[in-house]
Amino acid sequence: MQARFPCSPEAYRYDGSFDGFLCCVFESFRRRETPAAILPQEGPMSLYRERQIDTDAGHAARVWRALPLRVSPAAAELARNVFLTCLPEKELPLLRVLQEGFSRGGSVMNFLADSDLSLLLRAVRAMQNEAHLLTGFARFSQYGPVLLAVVTPKNHVLPLLARHFCSRMPGETFVIFDKTHREALLHRPGRLEFCPMEELTPPPPDRTEAEYRALWKRFYDTIAIEGRLNPRCRMSHMPRRYWENMTEFTETPETPETLPGGAARGALPGGGA
Amino acid sequence: MTVLEKLTILTDAAKYDAACTSSGSSRTAAPGSLGNATSCGICHSFAADGRCITLLKVLLSNSCVYDCQYCVNRVSRETRRATFTPEELAELTIGFYRRNYIEGLFLSSGVLRSPDYTCEQMIRTLELLRGPYRFGGYIHAKAIPGADPRLIERLGLLADRMSVNIELPTQEGLRRLAPDKSKTSILRPMGYISGRIEENRRDLAVYRHAPRFAPAGQSTQMIIGATPDSDRHIISLAEGLYRKYGLKRVFYSAYMPVTENALLPPPGTKPPLLREHRLYQADWLLRFYGFRADELLDEAHPQLNPLVDPKCGWALRHLDLFPLEVNRAAYEELLRVPGIGVKSARRIVTARRAGPLSFEALRKLGVVLRRAQYFLTCSGRMTPGLRVTPESAMRALAEPQGLALLHEEPEQLSLFRPAPAPARGKEGDHAGPLSLLA
Repeated sequence: MQARFPCSPEAYRYDGSFDGFLCCVFESFRRRETPAAILPQEGPMSLYRERQIDTDAGHAARVWRALPLRVSPAAAELARNVFLTCLPEKELPLLRVLQEGFSRGGSVMNFLADSDLSLLLRAVRAMQNEAHLLTGFARFSQYGPVLLAVVTPKNHVLPLLARHFCSRMPGETFVIFDKTHREALLHRPGRLEFCPMEELTPPPPDRTEAEYRALWKRFYDTIAIEGRLNPRCRMSHMPRRYWENMTEFTETPETPETLPGGAARGALPGGGA
Repeated sequence: MTVLEKLTILTDAAKYDAACTSSGSSRTAAPGSLGNATSCGICHSFAADGRCITLLKVLLSNSCVYDCQYCVNRVSRETRRATFTPEELAELTIGFYRRNYIEGLFLSSGVLRSPDYTCEQMIRTLELLRGPYRFGGYIHAKAIPGADPRLIERLGLLADRMSVNIELPTQEGLRRLAPDKSKTSILRPMGYISGRIEENRRDLAVYRHAPRFAPAGQSTQMIIGATPDSDRHIISLAEGLYRKYGLKRVFYSAYMPVTENALLPPPGTKPPLLREHRLYQADWLLRFYGFRADELLDEAHPQLNPLVDPKCGWALRHLDLFPLEVNRAAYEELLRVPGIGVKSARRIVTARRAGPLSFEALRKLGVVLRRAQYFLTCSGRMTPGLRVTPESAMRALAEPQGLALLHEEPEQLSLFRPAPAPARGKEGDHAGPLSLLA
């Protein structure tokens, strides 16, 4: 995408938030310039002269309101989603796409073969794909009345996971801890909160929990057909990095077999029959 | 017997069922209930054989009064038998579901006492789930052939998807291997279910709150390689099922020699996995790419080519239709180009509104140029330096995995010999597949 405004010798430094980025867009239009780089606060040092862009809620809101009206709702969604991805240096390509969008309108989203737009769309697809996989691969454990899941995603997928799991278990109290981004989602029936969380160590499983884990592991091991073993196929559908948080691949310290009394009993009615 | 032991036996007995999808239904959990359904389906894990695990796939019971030769649960086989009570199974499903192990339940069963009794037990399980547990997740229920239509009706109102396995592609195969089943006993419930789904669609158009009958439709499964049926026969049958019975999916399951029987391939025979893979590819072409079965295979070519995917095979036999100009071709034409899928075809149609596309642009859109370059021009030009003859294209398009598997499975080669007798192919006999082009 061609930058709409002439290049400036300055880099923008912003706080790294989505609102902060919208203020960079505002500033770029106000000064009729395209910065040499847009860097988040914790981002790398640069050799450019830097201009500090303060986050102004009013400016951000103005850009956010204009986006769906003057470009298109799809472009607004793209901007929002790009900020959930882990793509490094996403700001400048996104700014160029939005600049083009403000002059051309919604048809900017047709330029799928443009290097900026295809880069962003690919990152968004990877993010959505990761979120989709995690809706399946996240594993909850029951501790008292609370269900707890720990995930380690590359992208910031917690908002997308929240939407799915709230629709799936509206009556449950559950916590999803995103270890990578040190953020947790707390859900109580009718209430949803996101809060930063440094560390969360799950307690050891109680007996029922350990029994369910053993049942699941047994199911997992039994369902595979020996004559068709295909580790490569499994790996391409379910990359290794997801395995660390999945019940079927983790060692349970205390499986029911080692419990007094032998096999799984008590978790289910008739379990000992 | 503990639940763990029962689970082991009944999972082991259910694992040969290929269907494990949770797609086709979409709903959010009502307040106070548990479980939603997403129309695209969600895989929760992948087993060591690379197949997805979506549902808790178990049998209610592996006791069976029938004696189908290909089946591990047939009455004449000595094996441990177990039966879940509806209460056990419902609680297990909920426990797994809350921990996000599964998307729902896949319930099938051997025929315990009688088809009607089996069906009643399955209904009790599903009623427990949908009733007291207020379970809103996905349920796939197998219709038991021979059960009373009123029981099938009840099952369909509780489940998202129903299926009746057609098992073997021909009546002849059924007669020999499954003497207790017949074409009519399989097709009757299938026809009944598809009729009810159609009727339900009309009801829902009039009454929004009409109870929903199998909202995710109906599927079936065929065993591949237990009988000498041709791919052409199988694909035509699948097409007929999609058209006539409005099925959502037909699954193909490579036969695993689990039992010793003079009528079946001997134990130790490798399952025809590559053939199964090609059949799935052909199935996709029927459902999403606008192909007809008689375009993919005909009298002269009754088997799918193991070396290239069925779309490549078709394109190489119809080189007169190519190359296609990417900036002008219709969406339907683009879909028929090897290396272009549904998504990349849609992207091409969108992106070319913004300007003419080059090969470099196609790569960014996700087109697999390694295959597509033989069949496309961009603004009137092909990839510079590319010479296209059927043989050179075939050599370039043959998949390395296909070649590797071919060496492992000499059985596969025999399919492509001109002689109808099922002879064993020789090592390195690659003239066969190439001669398909003639």
